[in-house]
Amino acid sequence: MTDLLSLSAVEARAALDAGEVSAPDLTEAYLGAIEETGALNNYVAVTAEKAMEMANASQARISAGEVGLIEGIPVGVKDLFCTAGVPSTACSRILEGFTPTYESTVTANLWREGGVMLGKINCDEFAMGSANETSAFGPAVNPWQGGDGADLVPGGSSGGSASAVAARSALLATGTDTGGSIRQPAAICGIVGMKPTYGRSSRWGIVAFASSLDQAGPFSRTVADNALMMQAMASHDPKDSTSADTPLPDLMAALDKGVKGLKIGVPSEYVMDGMDSEVVALWEQGQAWLRDAGAELVNISLPHTKYALPAYYIIAPAEASSNLARYDGVRYGLRVEADSLDDMYGETRAAGFGEEVQRRIMIGTYVLSAGYYDAYYLKAQKVRRLIKQDFDSAWQQVDAILTPATPTAAFPVGRKVDDPVTNFLNDVFTVPANLAGLPGMAVPAGLNADGLPLGLQILGRPFDEATLYSIGRVIEDAAGFNAVPARRAGGV
Amino acid sequence: MSVDKSTVARIARLARINVPEGRQDQLASELNGILDWIAELNEVDTENVEPLASVTGHGLPRRNDEVTDGNRVDEVLANVPETAGGFFVVPKVVE
Repeated sequence: MTDLLSLSAVEARAALDAGEVSAPDLTEAYLGAIEETGALNNYVAVTAEKAMEMANASQARISAGEVGLIEGIPVGVKDLFCTAGVPSTACSRILEGFTPTYESTVTANLWREGGVMLGKINCDEFAMGSANETSAFGPAVNPWQGGDGADLVPGGSSGGSASAVAARSALLATGTDTGGSIRQPAAICGIVGMKPTYGRSSRWGIVAFASSLDQAGPFSRTVADNALMMQAMASHDPKDSTSADTPLPDLMAALDKGVKGLKIGVPSEYVMDGMDSEVVALWEQGQAWLRDAGAELVNISLPHTKYALPAYYIIAPAEASSNLARYDGVRYGLRVEADSLDDMYGETRAAGFGEEVQRRIMIGTYVLSAGYYDAYYLKAQKVRRLIKQDFDSAWQQVDAILTPATPTAAFPVGRKVDDPVTNFLNDVFTVPANLAGLPGMAVPAGLNADGLPLGLQILGRPFDEATLYSIGRVIEDAAGFNAVPARRAGGV
Repeated sequence: MSVDKSTVARIARLARINVPEGRQDQLASELNGILDWIAELNEVDTENVEPLASVTGHGLPRRNDEVTDGNRVDEVLANVPETAGGFFVVPKVVE
């Protein structure tokens, strides 16, 4: 069975069409892999029966020659996506027992294209976190291990998705990215993650965190697989008023275009104090690879970079406090009985939301409250415009931007931090793309001295995911990243 | 702009989260930590800068004013903690 797990999605597609592999066999191999790697806690619910039904139906379509883009490919779904008839909790106690009667547009697109759902995947509660440690289901674990064998975080918020794809217990997985929640976990789990342009994926049916920043995107082990899944999940959706009616180019065709003649920006502001020297070295290596492949590297300036993170930590909690007002114990989810309606709200929300979520709702409520709105919320929105303008000017000079994906490699589960701000810094390189609505991709590029993966980030113009895939493919080829994590399925 | 215990109580009330009194001091210090860090934004000159709320680049689409969905009472009530006669049930709000 091990060889089935080592196939990429593109390879598996070819093998399925050629009849060398059957969809049920492939799905069964992945269900076995989930069991084998259960200690990583990256799934919160395995839908084995549904998976086999979907795989059998997929096999029938393959036999009839009617194949979708990801026909027969086993996919893990972040528990932030509503899946009809399957509990969807955002890894929060407050959505305990919630079983949607509808399917999110993104997952519906994936099933229409032949994807097979393996189950629901662990994430930070309401996608608020960068280590998957705020989940009501407990932390997901990174399949990579450092020298001391300690459990490492897979990043977050889509930590379970990155962990599962890296551990070979999902061939593809969905994620969402509000401030880096796809790119950061992808980078520290050694896989590929894409946050598309804001508006590229429908947000309909995804539990909302910060609506002006949230975007769904794919996780995969190769750049080509990522392009394939992106092609399957994106769509214009009238049910999401921010969904863009912009045609998606053929992303698979972009893979072999190369980078000859492309101008790629290197922003000086992304050199941060106290940055890991190995991260800096890898970034320079990435620049050299692209130069060798025919790109022109250009030094650029994004002067407001350092203000992206504080602006984000006003805007995202403000939107979250508004979005999460709906969890009131009345219509769905947890309810704590109390004598008055107000106390029922208050007790339900106190019991249902974890500490980090409560803290962010409180911050959001504060910055939106009378007397503070202008000083915090409007100020942050003005800074957001300046950050976007920085990028708008950069696009006059360059076609894409290369940065590190994260400031460090994976860190231990349960690492003690004195203040919440320390955890926010994981997203320092990823947040600006969310504020500006830009596509961003994390690609594995190497290992640090402890044998842990590090990634590079590529940012692009709005709706130019195709160029990111061209560049990502060049980095993938140059890096020749073929290291595998110790705690993967079929690994021993 | 420092947050004290009474501000925490006020925010908690606005957010409808019952925060026990014993946790208010700690929460105040955590919120202050975040707000102190956020204050960095005051360095930025935002004179004459318009706030940016949306990056879609397109306006809000409009559709025809037609009923396109409905008659889904069972689905709407499928996850209700307490229901009676097709309604949501909540504690009494009018004496």
